[in-house]
Amino acid sequence: MWRDAWLVAGKDLRIELRSRVALWQVLPFALLTLVLFAFALGPGPSALRAAAPGLFWLAVLFSTVLAVQRSYAIEDGEGTRDGLRLSGIDPAGIFLGKAAAVALQLLVLQVVLWAGVTLLFGVRVRLPWLAATASVLATIGLASAGVIYGALSARLRVRETLLPLLVLPVLAPVLLAGARAWAGAISGALSEGAGWLRILGPFALVYLVVGVALYGPLQEAT
Amino acid sequence: MSANAMAPAVLFRSAVALAGRFPALSGVDLTVDPGEIVVVLGPNGSGKTSLLRTCAGLLSVASGRAEVLGHDLRRERTEVRRVVGLLGHGVALYDELTARENVRFALRGYRLPPSLADPALERLGLVGRLARTEVGRLSAGQRRRAALALLVARAPALWLLDEPHTGLDADARVLLGGLVAEAAQGGGSVLFTSHEPELAEPLADRVVTMVGGRVGDERPGARVPPASVAVPAPGELARPLGGGPFDRGAEHRPEGDRMGSHVA
Repeated sequence: MWRDAWLVAGKDLRIELRSRVALWQVLPFALLTLVLFAFALGPGPSALRAAAPGLFWLAVLFSTVLAVQRSYAIEDGEGTRDGLRLSGIDPAGIFLGKAAAVALQLLVLQVVLWAGVTLLFGVRVRLPWLAATASVLATIGLASAGVIYGALSARLRVRETLLPLLVLPVLAPVLLAGARAWAGAISGALSEGAGWLRILGPFALVYLVVGVALYGPLQEAT
Repeated sequence: MSANAMAPAVLFRSAVALAGRFPALSGVDLTVDPGEIVVVLGPNGSGKTSLLRTCAGLLSVASGRAEVLGHDLRRERTEVRRVVGLLGHGVALYDELTARENVRFALRGYRLPPSLADPALERLGLVGRLARTEVGRLSAGQRRRAALALLVARAPALWLLDEPHTGLDADARVLLGGLVAEAAQGGGSVLFTSHEPELAEPLADRVVTMVGGRVGDERPGARVPPASVAVPAPGELARPLGGGPFDRGAEHRPEGDRMGSHVA
């Protein structure tokens, strides 16, 4: 399973590096979201600082939808979806590989976004380890849930509109917990921020387990 | 060789297969023996592609008996998928990866050494820059050659070819005929569909005609018995391409968004 996951993640990332869709579309979209929110909130630095964690995670959430859609668009070539089913690759490995590729892209995106938040909103993180832990757990959850729902909608003609409708409500706990954990990391309130990791951790674990267990039947059914 | 080596490559009895809720096969009776080459003819919508997809474990069998290489298609689809090779209408290659990367990726998925890719690609005339060109930039025929290279590298026990002549030039068609014959002589079986009987029948031991999702007619093919066939050596099979557009010395220039080729 792990070997297959490595294989699939490598393939997806290589394709992404070649096509540069994440670089030229997802990343600018996320940065634009931040800038537009900053415009909407006005120039007051205190309002921007207070909103920064929420805006950051909202941009990550929207980018997750794009990254997941792209992950399945890769498989849209003539017969590639069937090719993957016939490839002998463990479906759990496909799930883990796709989730790992999406997660890695999201982590890189978050680094860039955080630089944007620092520049635009003038925010400093006092507990970087807390912010990093929250980011890693949230990213695993976002990528896992995204890939599961992406598989559900992959073969549908309306997938571009259906995927956000399916996945955004499901990811709402990550938005909430991620933003609160980051607010704690920014203000230096450890007890306030660390408590939200108890939502992010189980969320990531549950969707990882569900994905590993159900990706095979999901792949056959859709 | 597995314990299923002596089992028929394909054994269907009143097999009904579904594509979603739609009955794609409506009671197929068909046997393909090890080492046999069978061509499936029939009009559009007669079930030829569905037959191949069912054999590959991509369509679910609703009733009847359906076995591939001794594996029950209802219970052992994963095992079936590992031992068959399907070349469908789509080439199942990633446009952003090169032909070489595509074949190596697939071989790793099948737990086969990626080093098998290069000889197979060479066999199909995809050498040098062509093997290192992103598949999305290759012509339709070149993409089909890359997909065939994967089958050559894998050497599956059952080859399932859906209109394999489509998009191939004359040289590649000759090459395809050689590959099919060689697969059968190696003990593999080949089941392929065609809309071109004049090309398909000389390759086949048996010709099956499908009508309305079932086998309507069977007759012997026109294949020359294997004993009298001089099987070309691996290098020989690629030779008809020599001096042609796939020659090593050919200079390749972009033609629109496809990779064209011109002899220097």
